[in-house]
Amino acid sequence: MAESPDEVYERVLAEEKDKGSSPPVAEARAKAARHRARKGLPTDPAEAAKAEAAAKPASDQASAGEQEPKAEEAAETTEEKPAEAPSEEKPAAAVAKTPAAQAAPAAQAEGAPKGRGAAARAARSAAGGQIAPERMQRLLAVVKPEAIQRVEREPIDRVNTWPHLMAAEAVALLAVTVFLMLFSAFINAPFREMANINQTPNPSKAPWYFLGLQELLRYFHPQVAGVLIPQWLIVGFFATPYIDRNPSNKPNDRKLAIVMFTIYLMFFAVLTIVGSLFRGPGFNWIYPWQIPIVRIFEF
Amino acid sequence: MATKAPEKKAPEKKTGFPKPGEILGEQWDKFREAQLWKSIFRPGSIFRKGHQDSPKSRAYVVMNNVLYHLHPVKVKRHGIKLSYTLCLGGLSFFLFIFLTITGIFLMFFYRPSTEVVYADMTALHTQVAFGQLVRNLHRWGAHLMTVTVFLHMARVFYTGAYKPPREFNWIVGVILLLVTVLLAFSGYLLPWDQLAIWAVTVGTQFALESPVVGREAYFVFVGGGQIGATTLIRWYTLHVLFLPFIIVLFMAVHFWRVRKDGGISGPL
Repeated sequence: MAESPDEVYERVLAEEKDKGSSPPVAEARAKAARHRARKGLPTDPAEAAKAEAAAKPASDQASAGEQEPKAEEAAETTEEKPAEAPSEEKPAAAVAKTPAAQAAPAAQAEGAPKGRGAAARAARSAAGGQIAPERMQRLLAVVKPEAIQRVEREPIDRVNTWPHLMAAEAVALLAVTVFLMLFSAFINAPFREMANINQTPNPSKAPWYFLGLQELLRYFHPQVAGVLIPQWLIVGFFATPYIDRNPSNKPNDRKLAIVMFTIYLMFFAVLTIVGSLFRGPGFNWIYPWQIPIVRIFEF
Repeated sequence: MATKAPEKKAPEKKTGFPKPGEILGEQWDKFREAQLWKSIFRPGSIFRKGHQDSPKSRAYVVMNNVLYHLHPVKVKRHGIKLSYTLCLGGLSFFLFIFLTITGIFLMFFYRPSTEVVYADMTALHTQVAFGQLVRNLHRWGAHLMTVTVFLHMARVFYTGAYKPPREFNWIVGVILLLVTVLLAFSGYLLPWDQLAIWAVTVGTQFALESPVVGREAYFVFVGGGQIGATTLIRWYTLHVLFLPFIIVLFMAVHFWRVRKDGGISGPL
């Protein structure tokens, strides 16, 4: 052959344009032909297909038709691709004789790095000891290995977020809204006389979420109840995932963690309730029914 | 003897004037085909004309909506059971939005200055339409949010949802709990009544007890040696601007990490 690869490129491009192929397809075919010319393979698409088909046992004819359009797409998105996408413009004889010829390059053109093109590659290397040319591919997306479906993974039972989860959420939101509306309609937020720093009410209490700590002040030195204990609580919360190294989340495997957390919750709840409802004037012990009714919801 | 099947009736030709409902229906259908409508409701929306319930459209409902996009298209089946999460995380987020809306309403009628603040509060109760109701909603909603955030933490602990790969999200969650309590506490002072000022007086006494920097910490919190006008404006700014800003930042990280760490934990 006297033609240089670049001449082949120009010739095939002109031919394809004459045939009426779309510009990207024409360009891709021309590039493919140039690539084949560089490797010393037959440049004509039909010939190339025949050569491959001769070696390859006919397989997967059914999918040939399906894969063809994909092959065209792939040719448009991939920079340099030796694969050729045969089309209906090919000589009818070639199509009729070798339906597998369509499957082979189509599978190759699909360009999946693993698996799919393997049969075609094996067939080619068997044909003339020619190894499939290295393909240059653009990076289209980064996919985590977990995202690729793995057969060995147990399928997780999943349901559609819409409507299953979102319906439940909508009900929850409405329920809370209704609850708040009713509560607010009947019970007013507390509002006493104007702030006066010179007149200390008795008892004077912190907001309820600090009443556990205020209750602790009755038993410990302020440095312990006000600083040391809350500090260690916060540090303990932050460190929880690094202290509890038990990987299981089954309740039966983590009895110690559950018991400890429950004890903490009980302490916190009891202290808060005692501080809120069982402490009257002078922060001395009273019972909830001794609190004036107007003071009950003052928090 | 086969009786002849009754012939299918040809659709009745419309006579007379169409009913108002028909006109409205036609116009409604036309409107839903208009570009305006279709540009608002992306494919898969249940408001689009010809919406059909299919796995694909169910996926589109989530994928094509910025709010629903917090969720994945599919969730683990055990995760939607009420007994697993009790909806506590979602309700905390909802209450945050609820409190933002009611809080903005209250801001219209509130001036954080000790001379006028008490009068503003009284006017809110007596002169503003729904003023008392919205203040009630804000107050009780805030207490409820403190509870739901705390219970959410308990739920996460009991289901072991802080274990790898979710350790960092647990830390973000603890920060969110602390900021929630700070938000509630900073809002406590704002009504400027005896309950507010003395609760904050007791609460800030804890700062005085901290070693070495006790007095300095107290000074930063109170904005002086004693609770007064400087404290009010300081806590107001913290309550309406600074702390919401912080909590939104951490919420964004929190929700994002939930997705990145593999969605809902479990099953147990």
